[in-house]
Amino acid sequence: MTDDLRELYQEVILEHGRHPRNFGPLDHPTHAAHGHNPLCGDQIDVFVTVDEAGVIRDVSFRGRGCAISVASASLMTEVLRGKTEAEARALFESFQGMCTGREEGGMGASEEDVERLRPLSGVRQFPVRVKCATLAWHTLKAAIEGRGEVSTEEDEDAAGAPAPTPGQSHDE
Amino acid sequence: MNELAGRTAAEARGGASRTFDVARARADFPILKREVHGHPLVYLDSAASAQKPRQVLDAMREVYETSYANVHRGVYYLSERATALYEEAREKARRFVNARSRHEIVFTKGGTEAINLVAASYGRGFLKAGDEVVVSELEHHSNIVPWQILRESAGIVLKVARIEDDGDFRPEALERAITPRTRLVAISHMSNVLGTVLPAKEIVAIAHAHGAKVLLDGCQAAVHLSVDVQEIGCDFYAFTGHKVYGPNAIGVLYGREDLLAAMPPYQGGGEMIKLVTFEKTTFADPPAKFEAGTPPIVPAIGLGVALDYLESLGRERIARHEAEVLAYGMERLGRINRLRLVGTAPSKASVLSFVLDEVHPHDVATVLDRAGVAVRAGHHCAQPLMQRLGLAATVRASLGLYSTRSDIDALVAALDRVKEIFG
Repeated sequence: MTDDLRELYQEVILEHGRHPRNFGPLDHPTHAAHGHNPLCGDQIDVFVTVDEAGVIRDVSFRGRGCAISVASASLMTEVLRGKTEAEARALFESFQGMCTGREEGGMGASEEDVERLRPLSGVRQFPVRVKCATLAWHTLKAAIEGRGEVSTEEDEDAAGAPAPTPGQSHDE
Repeated sequence: MNELAGRTAAEARGGASRTFDVARARADFPILKREVHGHPLVYLDSAASAQKPRQVLDAMREVYETSYANVHRGVYYLSERATALYEEAREKARRFVNARSRHEIVFTKGGTEAINLVAASYGRGFLKAGDEVVVSELEHHSNIVPWQILRESAGIVLKVARIEDDGDFRPEALERAITPRTRLVAISHMSNVLGTVLPAKEIVAIAHAHGAKVLLDGCQAAVHLSVDVQEIGCDFYAFTGHKVYGPNAIGVLYGREDLLAAMPPYQGGGEMIKLVTFEKTTFADPPAKFEAGTPPIVPAIGLGVALDYLESLGRERIARHEAEVLAYGMERLGRINRLRLVGTAPSKASVLSFVLDEVHPHDVATVLDRAGVAVRAGHHCAQPLMQRLGLAATVRASLGLYSTRSDIDALVAALDRVKEIFG
């Protein structure tokens, strides 16, 4: 039990969970969206400023949630600044793969960026918590695509995690 | 069924004495022997769904192996036998809530459907635009949303009776919410989040004095309190099988016979008719009128066995045992720093909801799970109550007849682990 939990709740996660970066709305975002997870009630708003060249100039969030969802949102805002929309998408794909233990896909994301998100990879041992880690990213995607709202339950694509199979990381 | 019921009751009664023998009862629940993440399972989520004693599991298997067929139609032996077992289960449910007649017991697929049945049928037959339905702030979504759907279709008005900050429900709150336009009070008998037991008899007295009917949502209460619908005086009482140690996919709606007789059908289909022509159909009498289609036959029979099981252990004895474990839990949790119990009404049962400063309930539940402790974290399908309490979520540990002080000790020990990780 200890190792799984330590891997999930790494110091980086706990620290970002307690002191999230880029917390609070932007003054004049070009895009924004609201995300929520109806299963647990977590809510998040993501604000983005994208310039004419399609580069993310600024990104922030506000919301409430568990340590995983807050830390994930915080790390996301740190890593996305200066990225193009295409790079953001590629990174999201890599991140989803990392969270679900399927590390294919996400071609084009830089190794360095992927590594910065690595502390969240412990979530793959906790299938029911994958949506906590990906909520901020789904909300960002919705913002960029001009959808104002997203729910982890309404969007097939937003599911993120395969349904936990019986026994998978529940039995030891 | 007679030999089935007789045997299971006798088996369980073997352990009955004046005090509740929890170790003996626990031995009836095979799942409690398993480990989770290398720890003995500590199951503290009975408010979501209770575990099943082998008496129920064995009986259901036996029905499938020896007595299964569709009910109410066949003229052959097995169908007669299955019908007899199914109708015996109805009689057991009648006895369980002390209804006058088994015609007042409608089988549904769960508590949710029982409430939806009232909203759809009683609503369609008796409620019109401007009529008011009163609920309380502590309702489960299943006793909110059906009324909102009826509001959309029939133009009823939904009123909400307030609760106290400690989760208590005072009769005065109903007095304030009720008006001459109130036709129905649809209210929980016991909160699934706070454990608050609502004053059912007083609620009924107030509602009836105002000419309103009462539907009690007994999904939580039925398993912890000894429910007597005649003594309470309610018009409808809904509960579900899987929370009373029965299988899921079976629920019960008690409805006063004259009301059920006057209500229009809920769903149309087989079973619920007398005569069908393309021009006109006449409907069967209750409860058949409300049981369109092949009913949940074996789940109903399993529910009957679960109710026998509870009777054989003694509902009063179980309640005393649970109250003792609850008091111990309140006391142990109450001593933990930065832990706040949510729901401390004077009258409460079997539910321990709490929040920890600085740690989200989901993170708490994940750490507890790794210690084998199964609790629920979230809004518990009561988002309006969460908003009322100013909380996004709580951790909820809920008790069943098999819960022990050791379960509470394991919970407290696992909470130490939460503090270790989150500081």
